Order: sequence, then C-alpha cells, then structure tokens
Amino acid sequence: MSSLLDVRGLSAAYGKVEALHGVDIEVPRGKIVTVIGPNGAGKTTLLAVLMGLLAGRGTVIYDGGDMSGCTTEMRVARGLCLVPERRELFGGLRVEDNLLLGAFPRIGKATQTIRSDLDGVYQRFPRLLERRTQLAGTLSGGERQMLALGRALMAKPQLLMLDEPSLGLAPRIVRDTFHVIADLKRSGVSILLVEQNARAALQVADYGYVLETGEVVLEGTACALAANPRVAQTYLGLSGRFERNTA
Amino acid sequence: MTIDIALWLTQDAITNGAVYALLALALVLVYTVTRVIFVPQGEFISFAALSLATLQAGKVPGTVYLLMAGGALVALIDGVAAIRAAQPRRLIGIVILNIGLPAAVAGAASLAALRPDNLWLQMLVTLAIVTPFGPIIYRLAFQPLAGMSVLVLLIIAVAVHYLLTGLGLVFFGGEGLRSPPLSDFSLHVGVLNITAQSLWVIFSSIVLIFTLWLLFEHTLYGKALRATAINRVGARLVGISAAFAGSLSFTLAALIGAIAGILISPITTIYYDTGFIISLKGFVGAIIGGMVSYPVAAAGALLVGFLESFSSFWWSAFKESIVFTLIIPVLLWRSLTARHVDEEEE
Repeated sequence: MSSLLDVRGLSAAYGKVEALHGVDIEVPRGKIVTVIGPNGAGKTTLLAVLMGLLAGRGTVIYDGGDMSGCTTEMRVARGLCLVPERRELFGGLRVEDNLLLGAFPRIGKATQTIRSDLDGVYQRFPRLLERRTQLAGTLSGGERQMLALGRALMAKPQLLMLDEPSLGLAPRIVRDTFHVIADLKRSGVSILLVEQNARAALQVADYGYVLETGEVVLEGTACALAANPRVAQTYLGLSGRFERNTA
Repeated sequence: MTIDIALWLTQDAITNGAVYALLALALVLVYTVTRVIFVPQGEFISFAALSLATLQAGKVPGTVYLLMAGGALVALIDGVAAIRAAQPRRLIGIVILNIGLPAAVAGAASLAALRPDNLWLQMLVTLAIVTPFGPIIYRLAFQPLAGMSVLVLLIIAVAVHYLLTGLGLVFFGGEGLRSPPLSDFSLHVGVLNITAQSLWVIFSSIVLIFTLWLLFEHTLYGKALRATAINRVGARLVGISAAFAGSLSFTLAALIGAIAGILISPITTIYYDTGFIISLKGFVGAIIGGMVSYPVAAAGALLVGFLESFSSFWWSAFKESIVFTLIIPVLLWRSLTARHVDEEEE
C-alpha cells in the first residue's frame, strides 16, 4: 500500500537562507510519524511547506496526487490539516465559532454532520463545552491547545500535522494531548508529529525522523530511534542532565 | 444661534452622518479583511447616484458597459486559469457569473430606462449594476497582489480611484445630476421641516447597519470574514481563502456604497467626483475608529456629520478644512495611546 504522504527532495528557503535541504519523509496510512530535532532544525518550515504556506522545491505526493501548485485552502479541502505551534486561533471569536469555522470547507454542504462533529469534539474536550460562549482569547494555555486540536478535528483531516503540541504546557495537559493523539490514530487519522519532547513523541509514534539543520540525519522505527545511543544522549537526555526537562 | 437653527443643523448632521457612517463601516470592513485602504469606495456612490439619474432620464448608463467589460475580463483571466489547471468544467460557472449576469443586468437596465415612473425598479437595477464592481475590482486589481504591503495596496487603490473617476467623467460628463426623492412628503415639527428623504436615509442606514451586525454575529460567512481580519494565517489553515474573504468584503463595500449613493442622490447634486469627498468624510470616521472598530468608526462618522453641519453655520468657508483637520488631533491621540504593532509579515 502506498503512503498517504510521500515527500521527496524537499527544499525551502526564507529569502536566500535555505532552511530545508532535500528532505525525504513518508507518512504511511493510519500511522504516527514524528519528526524530532533541535530548535531551528527546519521542523516548522517543513510543515509550512507541506501546508502551502511557504513555497518549496521538491515533490509532495499526497493521497496519490501531486500537491505542487495547490493553495493552502485546496490542501485543507483535501484533508490536510495543521495545528501550528502558535495555535493561530481567532481570539475575538467565541470558542464555538472557532470550532465551527474549523469545518469551513463543509459549510452549507453538510450542516448535519458539522453538528454531530461538534458534539464529538465537545465529548472529547468537555472543557470546551463549558467554555463554548467565551472568547477564544480568554482561554488558558491548555484550553487553547484543546481548542486548536478541536478546530483541526472539525476539518475531518486525513493527515493531521501537529507542531510542538506540548510546547509550554503543564505535564498533565501534555499527557492528555498525547492520549488524544494515540486515540486519533485508532480512529484512522494519519499523524505527522513535530516535537522537541522526543521522549513523548517516540513513545506514541510508529516511525521517526531526526532533522538537524534542515537535513534528515537519522530515521527508523520509533523503538529503534529511542534505542539509538545518539538519539538517547541528545534528545532523550539519558546522560542525566536533561532528565527533568523532558519528563 | 437659536434652538430652531440648532435643531435644523442637527437634522442635517444626522442625515449626513448616517451616510458617512455607512461608508466608514465599509472602509473598516475592507481594511480589516484585506488590508486595503479603499480609496475608490466613493466611486460606488457616484456611480450609483449618476446611474440612477441616467436611468431616470430614460437612458442606459455607461456603467452597464463597464460592468460587461469588467466581467468579460474576469471571465478571461479565470477561464485561462481554469483551463491551465485542467478543470474545464469550471468554465460554465465562470461564464454564467461573469458574462451571463452582467448581460442580464444590462437587459434589466434597458428595461428600467423605459419605465421612468418606476423608481423602485430603477433603484434595484442601479444596485445590480454597481454592486458587482466590488468583486470585479478585487479580482482584477487586488487579488493578484494580495500579499503585498499595505503601502503597495494603497497605491493600487489610488490608481483604481483615478481610473474609475476618469471613467465616471466619460460616462456621465461634467454636469451634476440629481434624482427625484421617493416621496415629496415632509413632516412639520415646530419650525423643523423633516423631509421624507432624510427620514428614509436614517432609516435605511440603521437597517443596513443592523443587517451587517446580524451578518457578522450570526452567520458563519460573516464570522469567516471576522476570522480573516483577526488571524490571516489561522483563516487559511481552516480553509477560508483570502480570495473568498476579499471578494465578499469588496462585494459588501460596493453594496454599501451603492445604497449610500441612491440614498443621497435626491438630497445633493452628485458630480462624477463627488463620491470621493463623501467617502473621505467616512474615512475620517474610520480613522477615529482606528480602522478596526466598527462602533467607534460609526460614532466618529456621526461626529463628522455634526462638525460639518455646525461649522457650515459658524464658519462656512472653512467647513471642509475643519472636518479634515479633525484627523490630526485624532491621529495624535491614537499614536500616543495605541500600542504600536508592526505590520505582520506574510
């Protein structure tokens, strides 16, 4: 079976500074693939190019079709969805409106299913139901993360891309987030997970890539990566010094 | 000043202020959604008022031909794009929307020109002529350069303004025109002589503002526009395309401008370039609202109406200068109180 997402030789640059140099990545259907790496390795750039927010060179085959020339909106309509690091919520709109706008491509076509999807999101995140009439800008960090995830789920993605979902969140909420990610996989969503929290990412993922200064330096199954001495030392902090940060 | 004169000036202020408020709302809408400072907003007023007066005179206005030409141009550009993207099925929709619709409007216009007694029909036809200029202007002038800086977009807006003003002169000539009011009825309250037309202006403005509020508060398309204004990247990530939001906001702006033009055409004589001055006063209101706040912009526009009306009594020669000088203290106050935000990088 072919992969849902097949990226070959992807390069991208901000002005003259190249941030990605010929990256190859695959996301098989129904799997969680993680990209780990230090700050500034090009992880966020990779997602921006895949989402059509930034122009890149190389081939991106998604669901058997070439994505070159597709605008962000066309990618969303084809089932690609990104939860960005900065969440990019609509702060001046109510929580419920944020969620409903997540289903924007379906508005006017499938009103019934939008309603039931909204109920599904509320079931998954009861906190959002409590806060549904509140403005998104007044939410706490953890709630904002839930709203960003919920808004993404309203798009009914085939491939969900998450950029640093654990960044700046309390450990309990990080755990919840990774539970949701594992749960989504069980419901058939393929996931591309970009994380600095390598330990949590490798625990939940099936396959992983290590991205450093715009290049894939290592890849393998999540278990193999976790067992790799270099990964263990650099990203899992097994030398002891980073133990508390990554827990 | 006696009470009578004050009342009379107040009536004038509210009538004009209502029109300025409509324009201020349109300017805020277009700016927040597309970052375009929409200089040509006033052209919709001139086009609507003069098209209506021309229909009254039993002639088909030149704006109809401009509409068909603009539609054909959009059809050409979108058609080529559709063929290049190997989606020939989209051609049908493109042709219906950009060639069929203007042709239908042209048919309605020639019909309306033959019925000088049917003012309602002519007003509807005028709306149908002028409103499509919104999306056409967006598609031709702004959509290809939507990612540019605010300054570039402003320069394009100025260029479009000059182009449309010039075309207005070609279509309608240098003579001013005036339409008849819907009703000659007027209400005498004490010394105050309230015309039906000024009540009509105020009533329509309130209804229109309320409708806009409903749109933004209670429909998902309205919320999609707000979402785009709040967070452009977020909007793209949920699939709200910049082209959709831009086109919709320009359509609303054109509709608002056209309604304003129809409302004031029986009150003042409109020349091909009158709309620009009127929309500038709306712009002062929008500046008071910082180009982002709808309620403050509307209130600011009302303030402009009062300032203009009362200064025309006390110091009539400086009426316009007083109104436009208002921008300076407002900008000073805003730049002192507002947190400076760098223009977002795209």
